[in-house]
Amino acid sequence: MALRLPRIGTSQIVALAVILLANWVVSPQFFDIRLQDGRLFGSLIDVLNRGAPVALLSIGMVLVIAMRGIDLSVGAVMAICGAIAASLADSHALPVVLAAALGAGLACGLWNGLLVAVLGIQPIVATLILMVAGRGIAQLITEGRIVTFTSPDLAFLGGGSVLGLPTPVVLTLGMMALTLAIVRGSALGLMIEATGGNPRASALAGIGTRLITVAVYMWSGLCAALAGIVASADILGADANNAGLWLELDAILAVVIGGTSLFGGRFSIILAVVGALIIQAMNTGILLSGLPPETNLVVKAVVVLAVLLAQSPRIGGHLAGLGVLFSRKKP
Amino acid sequence: MLATSPPAAGAAPDLLALIGFSKSFAGFTALDRVDFTLKVGEIHALLGENGAGKSTLIKAMTGVVARDAGTMRLDGIEIAPRSAEEAVRAGIATVYQEVNLAPNLSVAQNLFLGRQPTRFGLVREGEMRRRARALLAEFGLSIDIAAPLESYSVAIQHIIAIARAVDQSARVLILDEPTASLDAQEVEVLFAVMRQLKARGIGIVFVTHFLDQVYAICDRITVLRNGRLAGSAPVADLPRLDLVRLMLGRELSAATGRRPPHEARAPSTAVAAFRGLGKTGYVVPFDLTLRAGHVVGLAGLLGSGRTETVRLVFGAERADCGAAQVAGQKASIGSPREAMALGFGYCPEERKTEGIVAELTVRENIVLALQARRGALAPLSRREQDAIAAKFIRLLDIRPPDPERPIGLLSGGNQQKALLARWLATAPQLLILDEPTRGIDVGAHAEIIKLIRDLCAEGMALLVVSSELDELVTYADEVIVLRERAHVARLTGAQVEVPAILAAIAEVPSSASPPVRAA
Repeated sequence: MALRLPRIGTSQIVALAVILLANWVVSPQFFDIRLQDGRLFGSLIDVLNRGAPVALLSIGMVLVIAMRGIDLSVGAVMAICGAIAASLADSHALPVVLAAALGAGLACGLWNGLLVAVLGIQPIVATLILMVAGRGIAQLITEGRIVTFTSPDLAFLGGGSVLGLPTPVVLTLGMMALTLAIVRGSALGLMIEATGGNPRASALAGIGTRLITVAVYMWSGLCAALAGIVASADILGADANNAGLWLELDAILAVVIGGTSLFGGRFSIILAVVGALIIQAMNTGILLSGLPPETNLVVKAVVVLAVLLAQSPRIGGHLAGLGVLFSRKKP
Repeated sequence: MLATSPPAAGAAPDLLALIGFSKSFAGFTALDRVDFTLKVGEIHALLGENGAGKSTLIKAMTGVVARDAGTMRLDGIEIAPRSAEEAVRAGIATVYQEVNLAPNLSVAQNLFLGRQPTRFGLVREGEMRRRARALLAEFGLSIDIAAPLESYSVAIQHIIAIARAVDQSARVLILDEPTASLDAQEVEVLFAVMRQLKARGIGIVFVTHFLDQVYAICDRITVLRNGRLAGSAPVADLPRLDLVRLMLGRELSAATGRRPPHEARAPSTAVAAFRGLGKTGYVVPFDLTLRAGHVVGLAGLLGSGRTETVRLVFGAERADCGAAQVAGQKASIGSPREAMALGFGYCPEERKTEGIVAELTVRENIVLALQARRGALAPLSRREQDAIAAKFIRLLDIRPPDPERPIGLLSGGNQQKALLARWLATAPQLLILDEPTRGIDVGAHAEIIKLIRDLCAEGMALLVVSSELDELVTYADEVIVLRERAHVARLTGAQVEVPAILAAIAEVPSSASPPVRAA
């Protein structure tokens, strides 16, 4: 039985530090940050900025996975909501654009949640439906074209900056803070961990497990919508075919790297975001190093394997044993 | 055909002998020096309540779990299978209640799965079908062997599983509750097969909790209780009452103390009353009244409908008939949430799968039900949680007294106390306890029984399911006896005695004698 004492996320923080240091080795200017036109620039800022969509997805995904679920549709939901935002941007005011896109994300989450909680379909199958259909829906919205817009309001969400930080970074931090406040400020966090840890016991203890299930899928949809808006705002357009493509897998990876078990239970929102940053730091590092970008996926796989091995109770025990060996050898 | 010599009654040689089987899991003794002997051509019932050690014994003799001590001889030769496969090769095959075959494959494929007749590495379909047909014909079964297994009834699937097991040169066949989901007619078909195997000299270990079936087909009975051998005797020497006593009886330990005399108490107010509550195929409709300061006990054998009764009361299972009144008001209880809102609490029997959330802390497990009743938006502050956890850890003496320890690391007795604390924190009007003292050490037994008495004295209504009859009579004001999913007797006042309960459980159900209805 995998019983863990409260984690502090050491292995994730160490992994992130190691990757950042490796980036510094291959590119000595990695930690250089300069202020230009009231905005910070530099590779480190770039990691945060580029990592924002996956970080946003992982904030929703971590809650779904903690409930023993999974949401494969977030990439497709990004495409839908990005397409809606881009299509409306030049004809409507920003609040209308945002309400429409975020509302669509919530509706997508509601659909997933009802399939899982009410019809009892396995999460991986239930969300696969929208993963496949969603990209089609996004193409219907853009009528098969790449929709572009010129609205500076929406563009600000992708390319602007607030207090020197790129807007996507601020949005991600805001979403993370909001989610933490809701989940840890209320008893929802405890209920999610209890339900993920033992659904039958939780239902018998009077927890409304169905309602919470629907709610976490809706939150995942909302996070995906925000990620889709950021992605569209960044490129001043919507590409229904490629927006958010395969990002659901990066988000799941980020959550797993962040130490949340796919079997549900204990979760950490902050470590999931750290996981997303680990993934992006690797991507950026490989680009900076001049290695062919094709190696990216292989290197990513190796790093993920290393982090997961470090977390595995079996391997972790051996590592601890090695540590004891070394400390004994030292005088 | 395997065995040739017909079994001579009484003088049959030993086929399988287990001596001194022991097994413990993390400090909990599941089997304690159990002996077991099976003769050639014998049908041997292996009986015992939940947690008595039946499954562990079967797993230990088939190599599924490694035993700590004990030797095993088959035909006088010592064997020590280390896996189910090795056991099958040695001649011991097991058919479980849930048929472990592939429902989507054909009958023939299932019969020869993993041992298909081949030529040059290719399966000889024709040969396989011919042999499958011949094999099933031995059991009087002529069915389409090309059809998928799932297209047949559970009874047929069981016979197919048995045919497969016997064909793998089985000398010993273990049937683990094969009749649990069969109707009377299907049971007869299965019995016919069992008699045929018996005639072939195969020894059968038959696990069941239907006593009628034991007396209908078995030659010998072995009873386990709390991991020990409680007794073993030929069926003829063990009448029902003695058998039930062997299964349930327990020497009254000093810890539980003697029962205080029942004073005639004026009936207090009814906390909840149920009329004709029931569900088809689950439990026969029953009436039940629960009063403040009274303990109602539910007694019966495994599978008699005790747990089913309390699950209907708590709304964990939806009743399809009947009415409920709570505090004088008409109430509908369709879910645990609704039951909780009415002031009910329920500690289920399956502590691990339905009670604790293993990776959460003791504190989190204790506050769970109270938090659920308050709703997610009214969180208990950390200080309130700490106070509640500290209070109940002290009150119930939960050890170690560390609220931040994952509850899965606690012993069974302390987990049970924490679950009691979960419900006591909600200050329930009615507390339902399903086997509150199962699988916990003797010290915790006494503490939980004392707690039940104290809660009762404080005016709580309690509904307690227990197989520990000696304990039950020390605190119950009323005992309802169940048999075959029906409430068959209600004992009150001075009638609440172990012999009376045993008699009611053991009574042969027949149309000739009307069921006991003590008023």
